[in-house]
Amino acid sequence: MTVPKTWRRIPELYNLQGTKCKSCSALFFPGREVCVKCGSISLEPYRFQGKGRVVTFTIIRSQISDPEGENIDIPAREIPYVLAIVELAEGPMLTCQIVDTPEKDVFIGKQVDMVFRKIVEKGKRGVIQYGYKFR
Amino acid sequence: MVGIISFGCYIPKYRLKAEDIAKANGSSNDSFAGLGVTEKSVPGIDEDTITISTEAAKNALNAASIDPKQLGAIFIGSESHPYAVKPTGTVVAQAIGMGNNYMTADLQFACKAGTAGMQIIYAMVKSGLIEQGIAGGADTAQAAPGDALEYTAAAGGACFVIGKDPAVSINATLSFSSDTPDFWRRQHEKFPAHGGQFTGEPAYFHHITSAAKNLMGKAGTKPSDYTYAIFHQPNGKFPLLAASKLGFTESQIKLSLIVTKIGNTYSGSSLLGLCAVLEKAKRGDRIIMVSYGSGAGSDAFDMTVEKAIPVLKGHTIQDYIQDKIYIDYSRYLKFTGQI
Ligand SMILES: [Zn+2]
Repeated sequence: MTVPKTWRRIPELYNLQGTKCKSCSALFFPGREVCVKCGSISLEPYRFQGKGRVVTFTIIRSQISDPEGENIDIPAREIPYVLAIVELAEGPMLTCQIVDTPEKDVFIGKQVDMVFRKIVEKGKRGVIQYGYKFR
Repeated sequence: MVGIISFGCYIPKYRLKAEDIAKANGSSNDSFAGLGVTEKSVPGIDEDTITISTEAAKNALNAASIDPKQLGAIFIGSESHPYAVKPTGTVVAQAIGMGNNYMTADLQFACKAGTAGMQIIYAMVKSGLIEQGIAGGADTAQAAPGDALEYTAAAGGACFVIGKDPAVSINATLSFSSDTPDFWRRQHEKFPAHGGQFTGEPAYFHHITSAAKNLMGKAGTKPSDYTYAIFHQPNGKFPLLAASKLGFTESQIKLSLIVTKIGNTYSGSSLLGLCAVLEKAKRGDRIIMVSYGSGAGSDAFDMTVEKAIPVLKGHTIQDYIQDKIYIDYSRYLKFTGQI
């Protein structure tokens, strides 16, 4: 990701900030400009609490290499790792890594909480991207 | 009255046993027997001082339902700030939702940068510059393979919300500092260097005992006036020795000795000891804490518990100490980026 794109996503990645439709109260994560339920363009920022439940998951055992060597992708260094779809307590779902949990202890329905972690380092010289993971 | 309104800690889940370090270096278990540390915490591959400080700060806010936008300043002390240039403070402030109206700068003073941050916030609140602020210390301590430091260099941190009408008032605080090169890390170097035994008498003990004596002189107290004492914990032996040199008993410092279970968390060390004490302390208890940072200096605090201290269930230091996953030496090298 470029630095401006990384920067624009900070509220989403750090604070689980999505949007709430002002007319029908639908919640979205990541945030949307237009409500897909009622078509309203009047949405406001909404911060999710960071509690959720594993809907499904997979174990990543190999990863596409980074031929440019540009990104030090942190998950790639900790293979195998658990990638899950988590349903937030407020409803929306997101894809995230499950950390600090042995594979055998991850199951569908498991209650998980957001933790703040490093996601990607842009090489040794670049910016460090932080954001949400769950455990 | 100004003091601690709430506190929060964080310790990574991974542990490495001292015997595994000895084995990897071809040493016997005698090589670490004197340290009084049998295992240490290790940061996950995606953890650093920023993520540890953030978790500790969130716990401190959640313990007392504090609105992060009411915090006027944040100071994080560490000797492992992820960036050489770009503050840890702004990332943590954003992650905990402080908004934009706050003061920050990163602090560095070996293992005492966290207590220096507490002194700054205390002074800012006392002077009326801010209503309340947050200070903390965290580290992912590095040690060269084979160095004696490898047995103890650990990861963890704690944060404290400081303001008026506190649960724990800070009656007095002072520092004792000198130019003593006992431990350092030069620019661009990955691992610190140290003066071996020189880190003891003229460094750790001289500064801790001097700061403690000066503080008790200022406060008009003696060791027996304190329910609990906390001294920086580079290993399991030094704080016990410092206590006996000053006339404190083992029962006064026992509760704070978390180094034996998680190692030396550097800037987090004395602060995590304070967390262990605050989780048990009762109204009326008097507490003395003295940190130590190489290079060298000690910050001393005289505190009194004024009312029930908010403790965040499920995120206490005892919870974090018990919630662990053992890793072997090769995974440790991978986690810490050495392979
Ligand atoms: Zn709508």
